[in-house]
Amino acid sequence: MKIILPIKQVPETGNVRMDEQTGTMVRDGVESIVNPLDLYAIELALRLREQNGGEIIAITMGPPSAEKALREAVAMGCDSAILLSDKSFAGADTWATGYVLSQAIRNIGGYDMIICGERATDGDTGQVGPGIASFLDLPVMTYVCAVDEISDKSCRVKRLIEDGNEKWEVNLPTVLTVVKEIAVPRLPTLRSKQKSRALKIPAWGAADVNADVNLTGLAGSPTRVVKIFRPQVSRKCEKISATDETTINAAADLFVEFLAKRELV
Amino acid sequence: MHKNDDYKGVWILAEQSAGRVLRVSYELLTRGRELADKRKTDLTAIIFGAAFDDCDLQQLIECGADSIIAVEAKQLEHFDVEPYSACMLKLIAEKKPEIIIAAATTTGRTLMPYVAIKADTGLTADCTVLDIEPQTGNLLQTRPAIGGNIMATIKTPNHRPQMATVRPRSTKPAERKADRTGQITRINASSDTLTTRAKFLGFNPDESEHGLQDADIIVAAGRGVKKATGVETVKTLCEKLDGALGASRDVVDRGWLSYPHQIGLSGKTVSPKLYVACGISGAIQHLAGMQTSENIVAINTDPDAQIFRVADLGIVGNIFEVLPVICEKLDALKRGEK
Repeated sequence: MKIILPIKQVPETGNVRMDEQTGTMVRDGVESIVNPLDLYAIELALRLREQNGGEIIAITMGPPSAEKALREAVAMGCDSAILLSDKSFAGADTWATGYVLSQAIRNIGGYDMIICGERATDGDTGQVGPGIASFLDLPVMTYVCAVDEISDKSCRVKRLIEDGNEKWEVNLPTVLTVVKEIAVPRLPTLRSKQKSRALKIPAWGAADVNADVNLTGLAGSPTRVVKIFRPQVSRKCEKISATDETTINAAADLFVEFLAKRELV
Repeated sequence: MHKNDDYKGVWILAEQSAGRVLRVSYELLTRGRELADKRKTDLTAIIFGAAFDDCDLQQLIECGADSIIAVEAKQLEHFDVEPYSACMLKLIAEKKPEIIIAAATTTGRTLMPYVAIKADTGLTADCTVLDIEPQTGNLLQTRPAIGGNIMATIKTPNHRPQMATVRPRSTKPAERKADRTGQITRINASSDTLTTRAKFLGFNPDESEHGLQDADIIVAAGRGVKKATGVETVKTLCEKLDGALGASRDVVDRGWLSYPHQIGLSGKTVSPKLYVACGISGAIQHLAGMQTSENIVAINTDPDAQIFRVADLGIVGNIFEVLPVICEKLDALKRGEK
């Protein structure tokens, strides 16, 4: 079984600081990590290889420094990795990103499964996984929380949707996007870290994946960001302090009154 | 590139489950009607399924659609990306809409990107505000970015249709006007659009996940609960108010409550009549999931907590001291005492 894992390097956005003046992200000291939701995709791929044998190839589109994300994927257990990096790839929206990734996947060929995280924590769109499937004319199962009964031709998946879960059987090759419930991602071992450090990671540009540069990066992106601004949130908050018995009592009375006035209790 | 002027009309993608139109479809009608009026054009609701009742389709008209296109086939009973996208692409090629809005549900977030790629056009996910640029008529799509720390406004200037998904519950469903009329077109999906490589095997409803998004009252726990057992204090208030229990991401990440309780950018978006935030600091990611609630009460020890910026009533205090007193007062109220 040959699995391709498209992953993304993202800024560690858990505690992003914003420049109040410019409304832009403070990038100094912000670490780049593998998109946390991609770790679940990596873990699923590793488990499927343990059960069925085969190989796992991690790919990512990004600047040369995105190689670090690929090394982390290899340290978790992926067999090899390919960096997709080209000046013409910069500024890509989800359409142009899906295009480059699908061209690279075509170039690799012979795959049974393409497994993606549900979405990246920076862009938060979740559009690239289904987009790759569309470019490659493959079926796609999204929000997958379990995979079983794998044969040469098909597998069964469980999809976590709004009001329950669905079971599907889907032909291979297919694209899967997975949710957190799939499995707990493992930590890299010392041995796999060493292997990852030594691994040579090829870098493919537009020509290597037969990409039309009119369709890559900003040039190939149908969408344009026209404005960025700080979200405005404000209501008139009636704020009272509740620190001792008297004020706590008064605050509780106010709360109950607030509800009663609005017929909420 | 597409010739923009050839594309006319606003579409919304209505959704069904077991043949019945889902609530989110009416929320989309609210959005769609606004855009269609600004563009002085028609609003069409498209819907895919096995078979529909006349009265369900009529209700979409009464809630703001000028016309309905219902594509019917047994293979469309459950959302399957291949036949759904084939049917939708065929409609797009025939009718050339300028705007398509869908819900950011598991269905919308799968179908829309699949279609956008093949339709060779842009798609913006999870929009919170949609508007029309007066000079150009372009759709302005505003969405949170970088974990909700900034808002970005995005355009699709040279491609049509302009496609966007919007978060469920981020707007109110359209109200019914019984005298509205419109045209309902039913289409039997042609066999060339129904091929698929997937087979539906079954559905298991999950009762435990119900409630949060339909609740009138939500009481949510934040990091201020300090430990797993601290959640109980919040739960007690929640039960007294007959509400649903929510949580910030911190609480879920620590395993004190399960993921279905999570409210915010990476969880659910809610818009109840009352939202009580207990020990929640109000990270922008959390605010993105609850700030459209009608009434917001926040209880937090930190007077500068961000949560107070979106609250109507703010109590600066310790939830372990304040909530029990509130519970006593609610009990007294129920017993008819003052």
